[in-house]
Amino acid sequence: MFDNDTSFYRELILDHAQNQRNWGLLTPNDFDHAESNPLCGDVLHLTLQLDAHGVIQSVGWAGHGCAISQASASLLGETLVGKTFAQVAALRREDMLGLLGIPLTPNRMKCALLPLKTLLVGLVDQRHWEQVEDGE
Amino acid sequence: MYPSYNVEAVRRDFPILAQEHHDGTPLVYLDNGASSQKPLTVIEAMSQYYTHDHANVHRGIHKLSEAATAAYEEARNKVKRWINAANRREVIFTRGTTESINLVAHTWGRVNLKAGDVIVLTVMEHHANIVPWQIIAAETGCSIRYVPILPDGTLDVAALEALLIENSVKLLAVTHCSNVLGTVNPITELAALAHANGALILVDGAQAVSHMAVDVQALDVDFYAFSGHKMLGPTGIGVLYGKRDLLEAMPPFMGGGDMIRTVTLQGSTWNDLPYKFEAGTPSIAEAVGLGAAVDYLNGLGMDAIHAHTQALTEYALDCLASIPQVMVYGYPPERGGLVAFRVEGIHAHDVAQLLDQNGVAVRAGHHCAMPLHHHLGLEATVRASFALYNTFGEVNVLCNSVRQAIETFGRKAVLHV
Repeated sequence: MFDNDTSFYRELILDHAQNQRNWGLLTPNDFDHAESNPLCGDVLHLTLQLDAHGVIQSVGWAGHGCAISQASASLLGETLVGKTFAQVAALRREDMLGLLGIPLTPNRMKCALLPLKTLLVGLVDQRHWEQVEDGE
Repeated sequence: MYPSYNVEAVRRDFPILAQEHHDGTPLVYLDNGASSQKPLTVIEAMSQYYTHDHANVHRGIHKLSEAATAAYEEARNKVKRWINAANRREVIFTRGTTESINLVAHTWGRVNLKAGDVIVLTVMEHHANIVPWQIIAAETGCSIRYVPILPDGTLDVAALEALLIENSVKLLAVTHCSNVLGTVNPITELAALAHANGALILVDGAQAVSHMAVDVQALDVDFYAFSGHKMLGPTGIGVLYGKRDLLEAMPPFMGGGDMIRTVTLQGSTWNDLPYKFEAGTPSIAEAVGLGAAVDYLNGLGMDAIHAHTQALTEYALDCLASIPQVMVYGYPPERGGLVAFRVEGIHAHDVAQLLDQNGVAVRAGHHCAMPLHHHLGLEATVRASFALYNTFGEVNVLCNSVRQAIETFGRKAVLHV
């Protein structure tokens, strides 16, 4: 799965999987949604808080799953701060995969994309997420 | 019209066609409406899959499961492009046309039909597009009405229109191509009629997909069902196309693995499309084979295939009509690749048996369309159905064999006249 070219990302993913940034759910919040991955039972619960200008000021998440899905949630959470809902609703699958930086096989793709799915299904809807997942 | 269509080259792609049916008699396979033969590319694709790529799909985090998942989903993408579905999630793999129609009946039907509602079928339907609806009608209390046919074997569209206007019709379920009369129904027109009257349309494409290009978006159908094995693919795999909004709103068909999102002892939630409708380990190798069949058909071109089977069918109609004792059923203006007929004084089974002695494989019986045969006042017909690998020479063998059968039964036939 990893080769030398991706060793930097391997370290990054292991770091984020073991030291999850923004761990813990926020209350009150302006966004609260959970999704699961039926393939392996991974669960991700994501909460967001906006500031007075409608900009995301805090991210909090909890869940369980493999190193890829945990690191993915941690990495995605960091990038959400400072953006509006409209901005993060425009995220594409490439944005998420770019954060991870390693090649993924189709079955692992579901793990890597679970955090983005949670964000986009909660923010937009299931149909929008399927379009993003299919790269449309 | 398609001078490049080389039927002899096509035949070499189908290993089974090279065999002798009986000692010294070549096989003349004209039972394609029941099931087509398979090109080597389909057989090899399935063998390759089992030799190199097999594991369960969507589950394992290992190389073989990834390979199997990729192969299975690529087959879905091929079917999606081939029927021009708007989205790959609208392509549900089933075991065949029968399961596809049952899926709609048992999911959409159960939640949308009630007493007072009407389902409209036609007299020319295959049992697969009658019996599932009868089961659901008995359960839900809805009723079924049948569109009659005209003497030439076409649908009585005016009668259909009246049914649609006079009743609370929820669904029109109709065959694209009759497996007995050969009638190709005007699906675009029927879909517009159904929609204008608030009904959905389900189309049984089992006999159509191997002969003509099908564009589900252009037809504007809500559901389209077909089988792999009648279009050069393996048995055990078929497709249900459905419009996404409808599929999303439908409850699942069968419960089990792969179709769930979460399961607790109290209840479960469903996976996304298309997996919501694909419970259990699917027919992976068969899907791969179906994908290879689509590739093969695309390689020849559906238009070229259509032109070839149309020419064969017209030639067969002319040949058979020139035999005075033969009566052909159905003279629709647009016909699929088959001809059903009766030989005066000889039961269809006896005709089939005599044809078989000359290596000619046809179907005899009611072809899973008993109501239509009843309507025509017949017990059984003989059906010759053509595929892209059949030749004009084979049609000659068919007609000469029918003449021989008449000679064999000659005196008996006179008694019956």
